[in-house]
Amino acid sequence: MADRDNPAVSVRDLVKRYPKRPVNAVDGLTFEVSPGGIFGLLGPNGAGKTTTVGVLTTMVRATSGSASVAGVDVAADPVGARARLAVVPQRSNLDRSLTPRQNLVFHAAYHGVGRAERNAKAALLLDQFGLTEQADIKVDWYSGGMAQRLMIARALMHEPEVLFLDEPTTGLDPQARLFVWDRIRELRERGATIVLTTHDMDEAADLADRVGIVDHGRLLALDTPEALTRGLTGQSVLDLVVLPSELDQPHALVAALEKVDGVERAEQIATGPDLPISSAGGPGGMAEVPGAAPGAPGFPTASGPNGHGATGPDLRIRFYLSTDPASLLGPVVAVLTERAASVSDVHIGRASLEDVFIDLTGRALR
Amino acid sequence: MTTDTAVRRSTGSASSRRAFTAILWRDTLVTGKEFWVLLIQVALTPLFMLFIFAKVLSQANYVSDEYGHLLLPGIVALSAFLTALQSVAFPLVMEFGWTKEIEDRLLAPLPTNLVAVEKLLFATVRGLISAIIIYPIGALVLGSAPWQPARLPLLLVVLLLGAWVGAGIGITMGTLVTPARIAIMFAAILTPLMFTGSVQYPWPSLDSLPWFKFITALNPLTYCSEGVRAAMVPDVPHIAPWICVVVLIISAVAFTVTGLASFRRRALT
Repeated sequence: MADRDNPAVSVRDLVKRYPKRPVNAVDGLTFEVSPGGIFGLLGPNGAGKTTTVGVLTTMVRATSGSASVAGVDVAADPVGARARLAVVPQRSNLDRSLTPRQNLVFHAAYHGVGRAERNAKAALLLDQFGLTEQADIKVDWYSGGMAQRLMIARALMHEPEVLFLDEPTTGLDPQARLFVWDRIRELRERGATIVLTTHDMDEAADLADRVGIVDHGRLLALDTPEALTRGLTGQSVLDLVVLPSELDQPHALVAALEKVDGVERAEQIATGPDLPISSAGGPGGMAEVPGAAPGAPGFPTASGPNGHGATGPDLRIRFYLSTDPASLLGPVVAVLTERAASVSDVHIGRASLEDVFIDLTGRALR
Repeated sequence: MTTDTAVRRSTGSASSRRAFTAILWRDTLVTGKEFWVLLIQVALTPLFMLFIFAKVLSQANYVSDEYGHLLLPGIVALSAFLTALQSVAFPLVMEFGWTKEIEDRLLAPLPTNLVAVEKLLFATVRGLISAIIIYPIGALVLGSAPWQPARLPLLLVVLLLGAWVGAGIGITMGTLVTPARIAIMFAAILTPLMFTGSVQYPWPSLDSLPWFKFITALNPLTYCSEGVRAAMVPDVPHIAPWICVVVLIISAVAFTVTGLASFRRRALT
């Protein structure tokens, strides 16, 4: 890649106001993306993600502020910037008058790639993206997943320094999604900078090295997904299903457990077949379920053998913690053993990127 | 990154030239693949007009035999103008409004204006080609056709300018009309353009209809039709060729300016 000293993407005090709109779509946004790696731009619908990418890809003119891609100011030198970037849009914009192969070859020709090189490259990428068999049919016959793969292949034809992916897996089936994720990771290994907009939190947590969360055109947070979720401890949760000794009173047991260091609060939650808490759980045990919202009853819990539909003397207890749930397991079990109670199921709910997202942007529908 | 890529990104004007050539080649290929579509688009309306007005009505003794020689120049002018207009306007409405197909070209390393200029250039060439196709076919329909080799340069200049004006109007319409309103807009604009452009009658013959003479004088197609008539049937009274050329140049420049502005407004938000 060209210049390791310049940021791959730089946005300074960026403002975009569309005509006849009361508020700014982008409202003083500032951030930088260093070269290499995957940067996730997250935000609810209408947060200003697409407008920001539009400005960076020279398709939207900023009202004020500046933006540059690979060291090139997009307003001052849009032609230079276009040579260095590629965009994979959310909806297909493939050239339907051309075959899939021609889509790749002509894209490279627009970017000045020589004839022999572009033909060889198109063949290679079609092969890598599993499209060789359907390379010379009509683009109209492509499924959504195939079109998405072809658009990513097209973006790679001129070896961009920065690749913008707008919601790359929205509407894809799980196989296609995994395939696209693998290709994106490969690109990172080849040293490209990837800017990904998404509101799929799993996607962002899985792929992105760093994440910027925007809302109402402003940046709310920018860090690694791990650092962002770590900032939310105190909201992690430990769920236990306990069989108390016959002599013990449930509230006394809970009160005793609440005294363990690191437990902010413990409460008995109801059990039974009609309850939603256990229905979404994994295969049991220490399943870590991402994509959960903090504050009951959002956290899905694993259902062990006794979990779902348990009746009778079983107690379900939820602990709200200020430290790492795994480190508290020992002390909690010690207290239970002391009181002759046995544990039948355990679930740890860690704060996820989605929790961070909801925490920052609120629960209101957009 | 290979050194190749680095070289590729060295100069803006070289990259613009290469991108422009590639986009022009793309349009050539696409047109070549669908040549019969072009042929139908070009030939059908003018040929039916020629057949009914000059052949059928003349056989039925409603019009004189000479009318065919008066109509053919208008038909040639119409097809240059109309083909250029349609071959830029219809695709643009779809590409901007619905399929977004144009985005890959807008993201190519060349100024946005050049993408529009390429559209204009290509549509103008298509207009010219259609005029060249329609002339011999028209001659076949009529059984004879006027031919003035000495006036061929005037003919080509007027047709080129007429096609350019058509392309300019096409790019302006294509960037202003949304897909939802395409049918009504084209009906409301194209039909009046076709019938107020002195295609079917020489402009000087309209003395008895002064209001219509005034309206047709506002249609740039009139100056293309009259110019072609001056080149092909100079005996028929017509507007002076120099006036035709001047008005066509002014219209072409004006519609190019509005077309490019409208294209930019549509491409960049």
